[in-house]
Amino acid sequence: MSKETKQILSTDGIPLEESLKKAEKKNKIKAFLLVCPLLLFLIITYVFPIGEMLFRSVDDKMVTNMLPKTYKAMENWDGKDLPEEDVFKAFYLDYKILVEAKRHGRLATQLNYEKNGFKSILKKLARKQKNFEEGNYKEQIMKVHKRWGQVDYWRAIKRRAPAYTYAKYLKGVDMYENEDGKIVQVPENRRIHKLLWMRTLNIALGVTILCFFMAYPIAHLLATLPMKYSNLLMICVLLPFWTSLLVRTASWMILLQQQGIVNDFIVWIGLVSDDNRPEMMYNKTGTFVAMTQILLPFMVLPLYSVMKTISPSLMRAGKSLGATPAIAFFKVYFPLTIPGIGAGCLLVFILAIGYYITPALVGGASGTLISNQIAYHMKETLDWSFASAMGLMLLAGVLAIYWLYNKLVGVDNIKLG
Amino acid sequence: MSKNKEFVKFDKVDKSYDGKVLVVKDLNLNIAEGEFVTMLGPSGSGKTTCLMMLAGFETPTNGEIYLNSNPISNIPPHKRGIGMVFQNYALFPHMTVYENLAFPLRVRKISKDEIDKKVDKVLSMVSLSGFEKRMPGQLSGGQQQRVAVARSLVFDPQLVLMDEPLGALDKNLRESMQYEIKHIHESIGVTVVYVTHDQGEALTMSNRIAVFNDGKVQQLSSPDKLYEEPVNSFVAEFIGENNTFSGEVTDFSKDKCKVKLTSGNEILANPIAIKSKGEKTRVSLRPERAIIDPDSKMENKFKGKIEEVIYHGDHTRVRLNLLENKEFILKVPNSSARMDIKVGNQLNVGWNSFDARALDPK
Repeated sequence: MSKETKQILSTDGIPLEESLKKAEKKNKIKAFLLVCPLLLFLIITYVFPIGEMLFRSVDDKMVTNMLPKTYKAMENWDGKDLPEEDVFKAFYLDYKILVEAKRHGRLATQLNYEKNGFKSILKKLARKQKNFEEGNYKEQIMKVHKRWGQVDYWRAIKRRAPAYTYAKYLKGVDMYENEDGKIVQVPENRRIHKLLWMRTLNIALGVTILCFFMAYPIAHLLATLPMKYSNLLMICVLLPFWTSLLVRTASWMILLQQQGIVNDFIVWIGLVSDDNRPEMMYNKTGTFVAMTQILLPFMVLPLYSVMKTISPSLMRAGKSLGATPAIAFFKVYFPLTIPGIGAGCLLVFILAIGYYITPALVGGASGTLISNQIAYHMKETLDWSFASAMGLMLLAGVLAIYWLYNKLVGVDNIKLG
Repeated sequence: MSKNKEFVKFDKVDKSYDGKVLVVKDLNLNIAEGEFVTMLGPSGSGKTTCLMMLAGFETPTNGEIYLNSNPISNIPPHKRGIGMVFQNYALFPHMTVYENLAFPLRVRKISKDEIDKKVDKVLSMVSLSGFEKRMPGQLSGGQQQRVAVARSLVFDPQLVLMDEPLGALDKNLRESMQYEIKHIHESIGVTVVYVTHDQGEALTMSNRIAVFNDGKVQQLSSPDKLYEEPVNSFVAEFIGENNTFSGEVTDFSKDKCKVKLTSGNEILANPIAIKSKGEKTRVSLRPERAIIDPDSKMENKFKGKIEEVIYHGDHTRVRLNLLENKEFILKVPNSSARMDIKVGNQLNVGWNSFDARALDPK
C-alpha cells in the first residue's frame, strides 16, 4: 500500500496527524509545566542524592588519589615479593604530603578496612618519617615496624589501586578477594551479613504471611458491613496511622517486656511460673509482633479496596448455582481478590524488608535486620560506601521480587484502590 | 403427570429487617408448576425481599415457604436447586462463558462429556453458540444477560427466579429479550418467578402478575384482568394510565352507583369496592374508554376544555379540564378527521358507567 493513500488530510489540507499534534501541543506544554516543579523537586531531593550515595558504593578514588606516585610505581610490581626501592620511595613521598596536609588519618582508616593492623604502623611511620634521610627508603621504612617488611601489607595497598571496586558488595555477602585475587568466603565465625540477610528475608516473609491472614477477614468485614459499622472499623484500622510509630513501638515494649502486662497476665492465670517468664521483647518474637501490627493497615487497605468492588451478588450467584459456601468462596470470591492480595503482600513485604525503627527498638540482638546494619555503618563505623552497597543490594532484592511477582501474577493485576 | 397447583407456596410470611417495620406482611401466594408469575411493584414494596426469601438469602421472620410441598426455611440456598438471574447478571468475571455455565454442573460433580453437552445445548438455546471462550467483560449487555439466563437454566432447575434481569438494558434490547425469555419459558416449561417494576414487561411476559405495594399483594391475576379490572385504586393507578374522580356515593344499586363529585356534578359508575351509600370513593376510568362526541345512549356526557395537546405519533393525547379535573387524559387516534383539537376548544366527552370503576378512596 502506498503512503499517499494512508495519509488523511484535514479540511485545511494539512496531514491529520500533524494538525492533531499541533492542537495537542499547547496542552502538552501546560501539562509539563504543571508537573515541572515536582519533577525538579524529585530530581534534586531524590534522584540526585540517592544516585550520589549509590555511586559511593563502587567509588574507590580516595586512596587512588592520595597515593598517586605509589600506584604509578607499583604498575611494574608483580606482587609476589616485596616491592623494589622505587615503590618505597614513591610511597614515602606520597605519605609525606599527606602528613603535612594532616590527611594521613583518612588513609589509615581506609587501609585498615583492607587489612587490620595498618593504622598503627601508619601512625608510627607518620612520626618517624620526619627524621628520614635521603635515599634507601626501603630500609628506613622497614625499620619503622617489622610489618612494613611483610608483602601482605603492600599487596593490600595495591588492591586499592583501581578507582572503582566491587569489594563492598563482596563484603555484603561475607566474601572477599584474597591476596591471590580469588573470591572466597570469610571464616565461618565472621559470616554475619549472610545471617542478617536470611533473617531479614525470613522476618519480612513471616510478617507478610501473618499480615495476610489477619487482614483478609478484617478487609472482608470492612467491605461487607453496613456503612455505620464499617466506618467505625475503618477508624480502628487507621488509628495506628494517626499515632506516632515510636509511640506504637514503645507501647509494645510496655506490653511485651518481661515485667510487662502480657507476662503479668499469663503468670496471673498460671500459664507460667513467676520466675520463668518468657522473653517476648528484644528478640525475634518482639520484632514479629510489633512489625505485624504496624504493617497491618498496608495489607488491609488494598484488600479492602478490591473487595469493595466485588458485588455481593457474585457469592449469592455461586450459592444459588449449588456451590457450598466454602466452594463459592474459593472458586468465586478468592480469585477475584488476588489483585488486592498481590498489592498488599508486595507492599508489606517491601516495607518489611527495609524496616528500621521497630527492629532497632524491640529487636535486641537476635531481632536486628539488615537495615540496622546499614544504619550502623552509616553512623558508627562511617563506612558509607559499604552502607550504600548494602542499600543497593536491598534495592536489587526488592526489584528482583517485583520482577518475580510480575512473572507469576502480572503487575497489571495489582490494585491499590 | 399432574401439575402441582401449589408448587411454590408462601404461607403467612412476614419479613422485617429491623424489628420495627414489616417489609412483607402476611403474604399468601401460590404459584403453579410451569407458571410464569411476575411480582410487580414500586421499589421498596417487598417484591425483591420475597424473591430473596424464596432463593434462601433471607429468612422469613414468620410463616413458611413451601417448594413442591416441602418447607424450605431450613434448607441453605445451595441445596434448594433454584436457578437465579440477578439484576446485574452476576457472571463470574474471572471465568469464561464456558466456565460460568459449567460452574453449577461442576459443583454437582457431573462428568466432563455431560457438561459439554449441556453447555452446548443451553448456549444454542440462547443463540450464543461459539462464545464459549469469551470472558464476560468481552460481551455486550444483552449477551451477558443471555449467558446469565443460560447459567440459571443449565442445571435443569424446576424453578427459576429472575430479579429485574432486564433493568440495565436499553429499550429495544429489553423488548427483544422479553420475547426471548418468554419463548424459553414456553419451550422448556420451567416455573419462573420474575421481579420487575416495569409494568410493560410484566404485562407482556406473565401468566399471572402479583402487584405488590406496602409489603402486600394488592392483586394477583392475569395481565388482561389486571388492566381491565383493577380491584383497588393503587392497582388502577399503578398499571397503565388512568383518569380519576373523587367523590361521595349518593345512590347505590347492584351494578350502578351515583357519585357526587367535589365539583357538584354527579356521574354514574360501576360499584366495585362500594358497600353502602355515603361512602367516599375514587372513580377510575381508562383514557381509551372515554369517547369524543358520544351518542345519546351514553350515561355520562360532559363538556371539557382542551388544555394541552401532546403529539405521540400514532395517537394524540389530549389533556382536558373536565369536571374540575385538569388532568383528564383522552387518547385520540391520529386521523385527518379531527382538525378541531386545538388548545382552548371545547370537546364533548362521554363514557359508559360500566367502565368507570368506583374504587376505594385511598
